[in-house]
Amino acid sequence: MNGCISGNKRKFTYEKAIELIFALSAFMMIISVAVICFYIFIEGVPPILKIGISNFLFGTRWAPTFKEPSYGILPMILASLFGMLGAIIVGVPIGIFTAIMLAEMAPKRIYGLLKAAIELLAGIPSVVYGFFGLTVIVPFIRTHFKSPTGTGLLAMIIILSVMVLPTIVNISETALRAVPKEYKEGSLALGASKMETVFKVMVPAAKSGILSSVVLGMGRAIGETMAVIMVCGNIPNMPKSLLDTVSPMTATIAKDMSYAGPFHQSVLFGIGVVLFVFIIFLNLILNFVVRKSLDRK
Amino acid sequence: MKKKVKIDVKNLNLHYGTFYALKNINMQIYEGEITALIGPSGCGKSTFLKTLNRMNDLIENVHIEGSIKLDGNEILGNIDVVELRKKVGMVFQKPNPFPMSIYDNVAYGPRIHGIRKKAVLDEIVEDSLKAAALWDEVKDRLNKSALGISGGQQQRLCIARTLATEPEVILMDEPTSALDPISTSKIEDLCEELKKKYTIVIVTHNMQQAGRISDKTAFFLLGELVEYNSTEQIFNKPKDERTERYITGRFG
Repeated sequence: MNGCISGNKRKFTYEKAIELIFALSAFMMIISVAVICFYIFIEGVPPILKIGISNFLFGTRWAPTFKEPSYGILPMILASLFGMLGAIIVGVPIGIFTAIMLAEMAPKRIYGLLKAAIELLAGIPSVVYGFFGLTVIVPFIRTHFKSPTGTGLLAMIIILSVMVLPTIVNISETALRAVPKEYKEGSLALGASKMETVFKVMVPAAKSGILSSVVLGMGRAIGETMAVIMVCGNIPNMPKSLLDTVSPMTATIAKDMSYAGPFHQSVLFGIGVVLFVFIIFLNLILNFVVRKSLDRK
Repeated sequence: MKKKVKIDVKNLNLHYGTFYALKNINMQIYEGEITALIGPSGCGKSTFLKTLNRMNDLIENVHIEGSIKLDGNEILGNIDVVELRKKVGMVFQKPNPFPMSIYDNVAYGPRIHGIRKKAVLDEIVEDSLKAAALWDEVKDRLNKSALGISGGQQQRLCIARTLATEPEVILMDEPTSALDPISTSKIEDLCEELKKKYTIVIVTHNMQQAGRISDKTAFFLLGELVEYNSTEQIFNKPKDERTERYITGRFG
């Protein structure tokens, strides 16, 4: 009897210990986010206030090393946004069509091949994407368009379009697979063709998952640094055409950090704040999309 | 008066891979009647039902031989399955309304078959819901999600959705097995009403249901059509001993 109780007690302690480990792990996440958040804002907000919020966000001239420095980051914000939008415009249709192909049409052998290719794409380090951009896409643009260097917004969009594909394809495919097969049968039994079934029943039913994939893809595109730095040209021009050399926020932070003086450096943190706000905003959209789909169920 | 043969099945054999699921089925289904398919689980009755609108095409490794004629036209082989499924509608075991409004569910079929005019669609939706005895219950919330109504209502919505494409035959795969007794009796009453206009083939596990609503009953066992006759005959004077044992509840 006694043995039994003490055995339970040992088990109880064990359970509690495991629970504590889980709780600590989860707590680490929260601490990390809080610390990152805190330091970026502590470092980044004062210089923004000193420059003036509108001068900072809407200033078009970025000249941090001049005698009379200027810290307008609008060119970078626009470069980041255009890069992201371009990647989404190109990547979303390709990604969703691929997901439909994977979930609904591909015979087993082609499925395996496609799936392997997508997993490989997801695993390629971004510096390799940048290298590919630099050795293939940039020269291509230089020779086929009127662009002296070949680097710039267009090269950046092409690279980002490929980089967002795995995210969009994988999450959309999962969403499409989660659509109950009864919907598909119901539609086919009413005399709908395969394509009508996909576009009028399956895709609408998987809408929230597909939207989530798009938002996550946007996050990936706006946050990408290494690949972008290698193909964007790194000159913070206001982007007026696809062939302009640009420098999005991430690239500017990474590239300037190595030689920036103290104030310049804290301004870079300020850019980090802006980037952070963008990411938070995307996450809010994501939460909204997911919650809406939960409500429906 | 001899009734017209709507569906004529001759020497039908079906394999799933190496599994011999339907063994040389011969059967004539008559127009304007309710034909019930009964038998224990795995006997092939659902498989048989699904060959009538080619829903087995969705499954891999299905091999079908023989002949099924709808109004004298062969429906096996290389035919336009979209056209066939328009004529031969289907109601499934689990109510499966699409995650859209009640209106859009019913209008789905007509829309994919090219009807665009709002007034025409409105009329089809109303007529179909009335025919499925659902109109009075949902007329004030046609634009609400179809997932918000009860299971029995959902099943009647699925029937309305099928009626909206103006089929000639309605296949029902255990349409009441997921429903409560009251919803079940509503659907059964509806079947009686629908047979005036449509030919109905219904798979059921519920012997009393087959007895209550069907004109003809077919008993399947291990992929064979053991006995097919008027429901009265089958239930009162079955010719085959296996039918009798099944009906009296000694196995199955």
